[in-house]
Amino acid sequence: MIKKRTIRSIPQKRTPVRELDPKVRVTNFEEVNCGYTEPEAMLESERCLFCPDPKCIGGCPVSINIPAFIKKIGEKDFRGAYDVITATNLLPAVCGRVCPQENQCEGVCVVGENLEPVAIGRMERFVGDLAIANNWVNLPFIEPAKYRIGIVGSGPAGMACAADMAKAGCDVTVFEAFHLAGGVLRYGIPDFRLPNTVVDAEIEKLEQLGVRFECNTLVGRLFTIEQMIEELGFHAVFIGTGAGYPSMLGIPGDSLNGVLSANELLTRCNLMAARNFPDVDTPLPLGKHVVVVGAGNTAMDALRVCQRLGAEKVTCVYRRSKTECPARAEEVHHAEQEGIEFHWLTNPVEIIDDGAGSVAGMRCIRMELGEPDDSGRRRPLPVKGSEFEIETDQVVFAIGTNANPIIGQTSKLKLNKWGYLETNAELMTSIAGVFAGGDIVTGAATVIEAMGAGRKAARGMKAYLGLRDVGPVNDAATLFGIDLSEHNFNRIRA
Amino acid sequence: MTREDYSDVTYMLEIHHPLMARAAKPGQFVIVMSHREGERIPLTIADFDAERGTITLVIQAVGKTTLEMQQTCRAGTSLYGMAGPMGIPSNPGSAKKVICVGGGLGVAPVYPQARALKQNGAYVIGVLGFRNKDLIFWEEKFRAICDELIICTDDGSAGLKGFVTDGINQALENHKDVGEVVAIGPPVMMKASAEATRARGVKTMVSLNPIMVDGTGMCGGCRVKIGDEVKFACVDGPDFDGHKVDFDDLMIRLRRYKEEERVATERWSETCRMRMVDGKVVPLPE
Ligand SMILES: Cc1cc2nc3c(=O)[nH]c(=O)nc-3n(C[C@H](O)[C@H](O)[C@H](O)COP(=O)(O)OP(=O)(O)OC[C@H]3O[C@@H](n4cnc5c(N)ncnc54)[C@H](O)[C@@H]3O)c2cc1C
Ligand SMILES: Cc1cc2nc3c(=O)[nH]c(=O)nc-3n(C[C@H](O)[C@H](O)[C@H](O)COP(=O)(O)OP(=O)(O)OC[C@H]3O[C@@H](n4cnc5c(N)ncnc54)[C@H](O)[C@@H]3O)c2cc1C
Ligand code: FES
Repeated sequence: MIKKRTIRSIPQKRTPVRELDPKVRVTNFEEVNCGYTEPEAMLESERCLFCPDPKCIGGCPVSINIPAFIKKIGEKDFRGAYDVITATNLLPAVCGRVCPQENQCEGVCVVGENLEPVAIGRMERFVGDLAIANNWVNLPFIEPAKYRIGIVGSGPAGMACAADMAKAGCDVTVFEAFHLAGGVLRYGIPDFRLPNTVVDAEIEKLEQLGVRFECNTLVGRLFTIEQMIEELGFHAVFIGTGAGYPSMLGIPGDSLNGVLSANELLTRCNLMAARNFPDVDTPLPLGKHVVVVGAGNTAMDALRVCQRLGAEKVTCVYRRSKTECPARAEEVHHAEQEGIEFHWLTNPVEIIDDGAGSVAGMRCIRMELGEPDDSGRRRPLPVKGSEFEIETDQVVFAIGTNANPIIGQTSKLKLNKWGYLETNAELMTSIAGVFAGGDIVTGAATVIEAMGAGRKAARGMKAYLGLRDVGPVNDAATLFGIDLSEHNFNRIRA
Repeated sequence: MTREDYSDVTYMLEIHHPLMARAAKPGQFVIVMSHREGERIPLTIADFDAERGTITLVIQAVGKTTLEMQQTCRAGTSLYGMAGPMGIPSNPGSAKKVICVGGGLGVAPVYPQARALKQNGAYVIGVLGFRNKDLIFWEEKFRAICDELIICTDDGSAGLKGFVTDGINQALENHKDVGEVVAIGPPVMMKASAEATRARGVKTMVSLNPIMVDGTGMCGGCRVKIGDEVKFACVDGPDFDGHKVDFDDLMIRLRRYKEEERVATERWSETCRMRMVDGKVVPLPE
C-alpha cells in the first residue's frame, strides 16, 4: 500500500515536540519534553525510508528492530509497535527519554545523511508511555523452573536481568541497598527528565511478572555473595551494583563546606525529596551562585536542579570544549535555554576558603586543546598565566565515578585493577553461577548498555542453569526468548 | 522493637532483625529511616544478639529526627527502614592490653569492641566519661567484661573528676604495656584522646561520625581527611587511626547543616507543642 518513499517524498523537517517554556520550567520539576501526541508520532513515522539495509538497528546497543516498530506506528498498531520494541528493550519509556540517540540509532540514520534524522527516540518514548497508560504488559504463560535467582542492585542492569529470569520461570528476588528501587533512574536522573512515575510503572511491571524487591538490603554486609549461593539457596546471582563512588577534585579546598558531589546533590534532591525541606527532613542548602564542574549527563542534571531550586546563577565549568562534552545534546541545549552559563575550556585549580570553612570562590585556568589522547579526544592543556576567579559559594563536582568497593571488600570475586568486576564473555564472574553487568563491570556508561548487559547475563545464566533460550535475543521472532507467534506463549524447556 | 530510657536525652532501642543480628560485627553501624519523609541517619550498632535476633541502638536526642524517634519509637512499633550492617568491622588486633574509651554516647558503641577484645583474651581497661552521675549508663555491663573500669565525670559527681583524657593518662601511668587504645565519642573527645596517646606512641583507633546520606559510598558526603588521603567513612571506615585524622576538618564539616537542623527542630517542636529552652526541648505549659 505504502508507495516507495524517497528522501524527497518524506516530510523534510523533524516533527517538533512540545516543550515547557524555559521561563516556566525553571520554577518547577515538571517534565520538560512533553512527548509526541498520536498524530505527531504518526507524522514522524512517515519520515522512515525503511531502508533495505537499515543502519539504525546496528546503532542500537540492544538492536531494536527500529523500522519494524516505526512501520507499526504508521499502521496505527501501537500495541504491535510495543511488542516489537519489547522484544529486545524492556524499558522503552525510560530509554526513549535518556538514551544518547544522537550517538546511537539516530546518529547512523540514513535520512540523517541529508536531512535531520528520524526522531526514533521520541517515537520509542511515545510507545512506552502509551504502554504505561494502557497497562500493556506482555505477560507470558510462565512455566515454573524451580530455580531461585538473586539480583543485587535494582538499576537498569538488575531490572533487565530480573525480567528475563522471571520470564524463564525462575523465582527472582532483587536486593536494593536504598529504601526505594530503581538505581540511578531513581536517585540520579531528576523528575523533569524522567518522572518517578515512569520508574514506578516499570517496577510495577516487574512485580506483575512475580519479581520481588527487597529494599534496605546491603548485600555484601548483610550477607555476602558467597552466602547467597552457599547458604541462602540461590542457584544463580546477578550483580548490578553500579559505579556510584564519586571521584574527588583533588584540588585545594575540596573538603570545604559547600563543596559536594553531584551524586550527593541529586540524591538529596531526588531520592530524599530535599527540595520540599522542611516538609521532609533531609536538608539541601543551596548557594547563590553554584558552579558545577564537568559536562556529562550528571553535570547537566546537577546544573538544572540548582537552577530549579532557586540559585541566582548557575555556571558550568568544563576543561574541554562543547564538541567533546559527553552529555546528551538535548540536555546541553535545554540547559542553555534555561539560562545556565557555560565556561568551556576551563579547569578549576583551587576552591577558596572564606576563612570559616565555607566556599568564597573558585580559581580557574583556561585550557586549550592539544593532540588527541587515548580516548581520541583532543587533550586539554592549561594556558599559562590565564588564571582567573569565579565568585561562588557552592561547588558541585560531576567529574566521574569509580567502582563501588563494597562487593569487592566482602567477597573473593576477581576485580580488575580499577576495582570493577571481571567477567568472561557470558558475563560470568570468577565464581561459578555469579554473573555481573552494567556500570560495575564497564565503568559508568548508559542506561541502555546496562540493560543490554543485564539481558546478556540472563542469557548466560539460563545456559548455566540448563534452561533453553529460544534463539538469540535479537531475533525478532522471540519475545524475551519466548515464541512470539501467539500471545499465549509457552516457554520451551531443554 | 523494645525500648529503655537511660536519661531525659538518651534512650535504647532493641530492634528485631534476625538476619542483621547474625551479620553484625563490632564497629559497624546502620542507617535508619523512621518514616517515609524522614532523613537517613547513621547509628552505631551498640550491641547485637544473634540468638534473640536483635540489634541494639543507643540514641541521644539532639535534633529533629532523634527527638521525634524518642517520641514515636515505642515497644511494638517498627521503623520505616533500617539498612546495614555498614562499614568495615573493627579489627580487634593482637594487643594484649587495651584501653577502651567511651565518651558520652560513645560508651555504647565501644561496648561490643571491648567485649570482642575480652573474648580474644586481651586485658581490657574501660574508661567511660559522662557529664554527671545522672547520665551514667551500662556501668554494670562494662564491669562484667572489663578487667579495670575508670568512670570519669566532668563535675566529679561520680568516679574520677575530669575528662576521659585524665582517665586515659591514669591508665597509661599504671600500665606501661598498653598496646592499643580505642576511643569513641564526640570529635573533640576523640581528638583529645588521640593527642593524649600520641606522645607515648600508643596506637589509637577512633570511630568517626561525619554526616552521611546513603552509607554505601555513593555520595561522598561522609568524606574525611586521613593523613593526606581522602576517605569515605561509610565504606572505608568508620574506624581510622586517630593519629592521622584531621579532626578540625571533621568538626567544620559537621556544622554544614546547622541552620537547617535548627529550622527542622524548631518547626517540629512547634507542631508537637514543645519548645526549646536553653537548647533543650521541653513541653509547652498547658
Ligand atoms: C545523574 C545521572 C544522569 C544520567 N543520565 C543518563 C542519561 O541521560 N542517559 C543514559 O543513558 N545514562 C545516563 N546515566 C548513566 C546511567 O544511569 C547508568 O549507566 C546506569 O544507570 C547504570 O545502571 P546499573 O544498573 O549498572 O547501575 P545503577 O543504576 O547505578 O544501579 C545500581 C543499584 O545498586 C544498588 N547497590 C549498590 N551496591 C549495592 C549492594 N551492595 N547491595 C544492594 N544494592 C546495591 C544501588 O543502590 C543502586 O540502586 C546517568 C547517570 C547519572 C548518575
Ligand atoms: C557512623 C556514625 C555512627 C553514629 N552513631 C550514633 C549512635 O550510636 N547514637 C547516636 O545518638 N548518634 C549517633 N550518630 C550521630 C547521629 O547520626 C546524629 O546524631 C543524627 O543524625 C542526628 O539527627 P537529628 O535530625 O536528630 O539531629 P540534627 O539536628 O539533624 O543534627 C544534630 C547533629 O547531628 C549530626 N548529624 C545530623 N545529620 C546527620 C547525618 N545524616 N549523619 C550523621 N550525623 C548527622 C550533626 O553533627 C548535627 O549537628 C552516629 C553518626 C555516625 C556517622
Ligand atoms: S554516606 Fe554517602 S558516601 Fe558515605
